[in-house]
Amino acid sequence: MARTLFEKLWDTHVVREPEDQPALLYIDLHLVHEVTSPQAFEGLRVANRPVRRPDLTVATMDHNVPTTDRRFSISDPIGAKQLDMLRRNCLDFGIQLYDIDSADQGIVHVIGPELGLTQPGMTIVCGDSHTSTHGAFGTLAFGIGTSEVEHVLATQCLPQNKPHTMLVHVRGSLPPGVTAKDLALGIIGQIGTDGATGHAIEFAGEAVRELSMEARMTLCNMSIEAGARAGMIAPDETTFAYLYGRRFSPKAVAWTQALSYWETLQSDSDAAFDRTVELDAATLEPHVTWGTNPGMVVPVTGSVPDPAGAKSEADRRASERALHYMALAPRTRIQDIQIDRVFIGSCTNARIEDLRAAARVVKGYHTSDSVNAMVVPGSQAVKRAAESEGLDRIFLESGFEWREAGCSMCLGMNADILAPGERCASTSNRNFEGRQGRGGRTHLVSPMMAAAAAITGRFTDVREWKFK
Amino acid sequence: MTPFHSHTGLVAPLDRANVDTDQIIPKQFLKRIERTGFGEFLFHDWRFRQSGELDSSFVLNEPRYSGASILVAGKNFGCGSSREHAPWALADFGFRAIIAPSFADIFANNCLKNGLLPVVLKEEEVAVIMENARSLDEYELTIDLEQRRVTDDKNFSTSFVIDDFQRHCLMEGLDDIALTLLLADDIAAYERRRPVFMR
Repeated sequence: MARTLFEKLWDTHVVREPEDQPALLYIDLHLVHEVTSPQAFEGLRVANRPVRRPDLTVATMDHNVPTTDRRFSISDPIGAKQLDMLRRNCLDFGIQLYDIDSADQGIVHVIGPELGLTQPGMTIVCGDSHTSTHGAFGTLAFGIGTSEVEHVLATQCLPQNKPHTMLVHVRGSLPPGVTAKDLALGIIGQIGTDGATGHAIEFAGEAVRELSMEARMTLCNMSIEAGARAGMIAPDETTFAYLYGRRFSPKAVAWTQALSYWETLQSDSDAAFDRTVELDAATLEPHVTWGTNPGMVVPVTGSVPDPAGAKSEADRRASERALHYMALAPRTRIQDIQIDRVFIGSCTNARIEDLRAAARVVKGYHTSDSVNAMVVPGSQAVKRAAESEGLDRIFLESGFEWREAGCSMCLGMNADILAPGERCASTSNRNFEGRQGRGGRTHLVSPMMAAAAAITGRFTDVREWKFK
Repeated sequence: MTPFHSHTGLVAPLDRANVDTDQIIPKQFLKRIERTGFGEFLFHDWRFRQSGELDSSFVLNEPRYSGASILVAGKNFGCGSSREHAPWALADFGFRAIIAPSFADIFANNCLKNGLLPVVLKEEEVAVIMENARSLDEYELTIDLEQRRVTDDKNFSTSFVIDDFQRHCLMEGLDDIALTLLLADDIAAYERRRPVFMR
């Protein structure tokens, strides 16, 4: 029977399907970070259970690490305790940890692919909703809670109910200045933040095939913002070229074997999806969110919608509430919205291509006097690569801050937060109330759009940018 | 996990859609390394003003909802971050069940691991409960997991759907890790079948 990519991944990982119970799936790679794991390790200790496969478990510190100079001790004692706990847990249970001073430290969803740990055909979990990022490689990757983290540590398996399948087919090509981030926001704007709840999405079509691996990661990263259980893209030559030669990629004979398996990882041409969504990439514009969830989004040429025109009473009230929080009037032109802060970073948009795209925009310009802007590379490796290309100089000379790697202001668990009322153009993934700091107002955009806003002090259509 | 059979309790209405886990438990409270003690930070930025004083206009701060153990909310409750701190905070605050037209997947999963029952009802049923919780004094519901029914002592009565296995685990308060460990032979057999290039 014809099967989708998701169904192939699922079938391959079913350890057992007990009657009247969820399927037991095997997990090939478990990524761990400091915030959602301490209670899981504690649970293991209480029950006297070992970690079944420490060799399939990899940890790093990203959520609450400072992004300023790390030669000094961490000033936040509670955050420091959480980092110490992760060190102790990894030591006690024999897990590889990329510590804060490691050359490989970084956001867990950036370093997994970078090190070649993320490979097609795998199941990957992490106590973080943006685990969907890894789906870019043709993996079944999804976020889990701490109880499930404990479950995987103890058993390397997870009981799961099978999600439905959804095909997001994107025809045409993305125009210049329009990125995978805009595509993701466009999709969420169309189907809503719960549009894919209970579904595993496969992104396909010409526009998706044309994306680089890093852009595919951006797209899959945002699947969770549409409510999806997972998002994935079938692996192809782009995927294989990216993986070749990475530290943990298969080598020699193993590479050849892996490759012949990876090539089978695509949906059969006559496979049926439970739902299909169609989009035309050619008509997409750069997007800017105006509200307090990623589905509240319009093209940069648009205006803040009037709640009076909402589809339902619930939507109208949600819009009014969002506009009140965001301190925006209905029908305000997006390009008239002034900003105070710019954050270029996060597991969505802090890879080298993102930084190159942003640097290209800011080169030869200086940030607006009213804007405080920062770049937080996704990993130490991204930071080094950027510095070797001179991108750090471009950002610094333009008035940006250049930081150490981590999640930073995407969720504001460290010192990088917005002050109440501050308005931020952010390349992250969530514009929820208070996400970047209590009272902070977040507008999600692509790295190029964030860079342009930093220079002009307001949202600016990057398609009309005069590059220097 | 506390077993859940049937629960009767006061209903608090949170008439908002897309309540995300950042609202349920803001990030500054995720640094604790225990599973307990999150209740006091539940809906922190809504319950407390910037100055730290209680915001009396927020529904959960109204004295009439003090002691509520059932929360009724809008669609897509629990969207966003996978933080299990969200159900920990709700349970620690005293909630045993949440009723909404829909829940985010990871959140619903996390609730089930903590004896907190997510009940999906039709939009119009949720609207009735929301209105009753607002207009009637001490409006209580009974959620019977065994019978899969939600009822009040007036004339509201409806059924809800929950997976048999999840229902069983909740009613028995089962440790599902122990259940999986019973399948250790199957897991070992699977591991022998794994391709060598996957380490």
